[in-house]
Parts: sequence; structure tokens; C-alpha cells
Amino acid sequence: MSNPQQLRYSKEHEWLSAAEDGVATVGITEFAASSLGDVVFAQLPAVGDTVTAGESCGELESTKSVSDLFAPVTGEVTEANQDVVDDPSLVNSAPFEGGWLFKVKITDEPDELMSADEYTAFTAG
Amino acid sequence: MTDAPRRTALDALHRTLGATMTDFAGWDMPLRYGSERDEHVAVRTRAGLFDLSHMGEITLTGPQAGQALDFALVGNLSALAVGRARYTMICEAGGGILDDLIVYRLAEQEYMVVANASNAQVVLDALTERAAGFETEVRDDRENYALLAVQGPEAPGILKSLTDADLDGLKYYAGLPGTVAGVPALIARTGYTGEDGFELFVAPGDAERLWRALTDAGTGAGLVPCGLSCRDTLRLEAGMPLYGHELTTATTPFDAGLGRVVKFDKTTNDGDFVGREALAAAAERAATAPPRKLVGLIAEGRRVPRAGFSVVADGAVVGEVTSGAPSPTLGKPIAIAYVDAAHAAPGTKGVSVDIRGSHEPYEVVALPFYKRER
Repeated sequence: MSNPQQLRYSKEHEWLSAAEDGVATVGITEFAASSLGDVVFAQLPAVGDTVTAGESCGELESTKSVSDLFAPVTGEVTEANQDVVDDPSLVNSAPFEGGWLFKVKITDEPDELMSADEYTAFTAG
Repeated sequence: MTDAPRRTALDALHRTLGATMTDFAGWDMPLRYGSERDEHVAVRTRAGLFDLSHMGEITLTGPQAGQALDFALVGNLSALAVGRARYTMICEAGGGILDDLIVYRLAEQEYMVVANASNAQVVLDALTERAAGFETEVRDDRENYALLAVQGPEAPGILKSLTDADLDGLKYYAGLPGTVAGVPALIARTGYTGEDGFELFVAPGDAERLWRALTDAGTGAGLVPCGLSCRDTLRLEAGMPLYGHELTTATTPFDAGLGRVVKFDKTTNDGDFVGREALAAAAERAATAPPRKLVGLIAEGRRVPRAGFSVVADGAVVGEVTSGAPSPTLGKPIAIAYVDAAHAAPGTKGVSVDIRGSHEPYEVVALPFYKRER
């Protein structure tokens, strides 16, 4: 699996797009989706919620377990992906595209976000 | 357990197929090959191929093998016909369940006991001890078998193309020796999925050849390799208990609603068997004043109950989930739970599961959730 070069990545396996007008898109990586197995339920943060980098802001249920969804940056949620709420399998089938989770207006971001190459090395280790 | 996980004879093949592996009862087993929901659906609608070589085979031979099993287990195994199989249990003297088992009578003086991987050593030790006074030999056959299962509505057709054995004459819970794809096998019509299907006990050295032959014969009919993840959701939908979840040493067969496996009318050993007295008391308790009953729960929402979660009603804890998962067939989360008798009747209102602090409403139903059309 390859991690798109234009994205940045967190140690909790979220990806973050480049911000446009301060708003970035967040999802989980293909590595994370593959580890979870079939996602059957996504509880996403609501529009207007403030999320904090490194803290839980939702959850993803798969066949075997439930996992916290962590915010890679701090900011205000501007959109949640209703398509994923309606069809959580999008997280597995298109984690970097149609399976995106929410958009956030960034107010602060941690220093430790990784590049695609760094994340690929991180997950290989 | 500090030992490295054991690997089945098909280990290299699973890795070639891209399986996600998991440690299960000390074995490195395939969890899934791709989507576990797709694997589940394949077994319900077409066919799935499983490696179950972690299961523990124990053979009893000799003139008193059946009599020894009558004493050691809760069932009436001396009455089992040659070529037939029986679902049964082995209990402690106090009535607690040590394991649930399938016993095959292979010959007049030969039985094969199949135990769960996690309990195989316990069962072997208990059988060895309990059979000591009988003219029988208890043999650890775990290293001598690989076990493949073909499950699903297409399973009979797939297997028929590879064997001359009389599959039409092979009833559910029967087993016969035969040859499949040139490989000597014990062909058993058993499974743990709620579908028709077969389990094939073969020499480990033949396992890969058989797997490849079944794959070649079945792919056109939609057969896919299946991991333990879908095996768990398949058995859950079929209402089948799993040791360590619904069955433990703290439960008797009667607590689990499976009192029918306990046979008090045995003709051997003057009717005596390990656990008899305690099980008679458990039977009485279950008939008159059952503390809790095993029920099915179907979610009204989408959050998934997991083992250990509390069942609540009127603000009080009235039970505990033993198994839970999203059901691919129902399209909703389902669970098996022990629930206080007062809240256990199908249709009982106001029952919820505490899912991380949120009380999610659930419908109480009778098990199973799914029954195939015959």
C-alpha cells in the first residue's frame, strides 16, 4: 500500500490534507483501515465541535473491536462525512478518498506530523 | 504462555494468500484474508474454506473406550453408532464446563474426541485420568491431524467433485473415512457456521495438497478462503456457544441452555459419571429457579456490544454480554448474553446494553439469530 505524498500523517494513523483557507481534511490511513478490518460504525465529531490534537474525537467500530478516532490537529470541525456515517465500508474501500472522515479549521498543529515517507517507515517498523 | 505461537501445516500458504494472522490459543491462525464480511457472506451464500488445524484431536481405543467416555463426559457415547458424531461436554465434578467437544465413533473400539485448542491439554489430562481404570488407551493425536473445513451451500457439490465417498448418505453429525483429491481423510458432516458443510481430518503432510484441490474445485462456485473472524460471526448468528465466552468452568450445561447434552440415563458404570450429582442439582435449579438465561440481543442502533459489557434494565445491571459483533446477515449488531430470568423472555421491553456509558436499546430474542433453510 502506498501513502499519498501530499498528505501528512499522525502516529495514531490519521492523515491530514494540505489546508485550504485554513481547513484540512482528516481520515485514517489504509494501514489503519486494514488493521481494523471491516468498519461497521463511525461516530464522527459534529460540525462546530472543537477537537484537540492527540485527543479522541470519535470512534470507529469494526467486526472485532472499537477504536478511538484521534484528532491530528487542534481546531473546529467544519464538516463530517455523512457518506461514511451511512456507509462505513468506505473507510476500508477508499481510506484516502471517499472514506475521509471530517474537515477541520486548524488553530494549532503539533510538530510531530510525519511525511508520507516517514509514515511508511513508521508503519514498517 | 511464553512459547512462540504454533503454526499449522498451511502456514506458508496463508501468508502467500495475504492472510492477516492472529494469535489464537497459542496458534498463529488466519484471522481474515480480505474483508471478513465478504468471507461471512460467502459461507452463507456459496462456500468458504477454513484451516482449523488448531483444534485438538484425542483418540481413545480399546474394548472399554466407550464406557470410559460415558464416565468421563456428560454424554452417552457407548450408545453412539459407528460412523456417527455427537456434540457433548466434559465437566468438572462440580458441574462446571471444562470444554465442549465433538466425539466421533470411528470404529467399534475407536473414538476421536475433538477439543477446543485452548482446552486441548486440559481435556487430554482429564480424559487420561478419568479413563485410567478402563481397558482403553488415550492417545494425544494433535500432531497427527490437520483439519480443513468446507462450509456453505456449495460445499457438497465442491466436495463431490473430489471424492467417491457417499456424501448423500453422510448425514449431519456423521463421519466416514474416505479419499478426497487422492488424500486419505476422515470426512465429517459437521461445522460451526450454521451452514451445511464438511470437516476433513487429514495428515498434516497432505493438508496443502487438499487445500489447493479444494480451491481449484471450488473457486468457480464462489469458494473463498475464510479466517477465524468470520467463523466467529457465523457461529454467533447460528447461536452456537464458544468456550471462554458462553461456556466456562463457572457455568454448567444447564446454565447455558444446553442441558440436553447431559444424559442421566446411561447404562454403563451403573449410570455414574464425573459431575453427575452436581449436574442433577443444576438441572433441578434450571427447571425451577434459573438465575440467568442465555438469550439473544439485537441492536436497535449501530453501536456494537462486546463480551463483558453489562446488560441493564430499569437502571440496574441484569446481565452480561458474552459475545457480540455486527451481524452481516441481519445488518445490525447482535449479542449473546446471560440475562436475569425476569428480563430473559423474548420481547421483553426496556433492555439495554451499556456501551461505554451509553445505554443502547436492545431487543431480547430467542437464539439462534439465523437458521438456514433446509
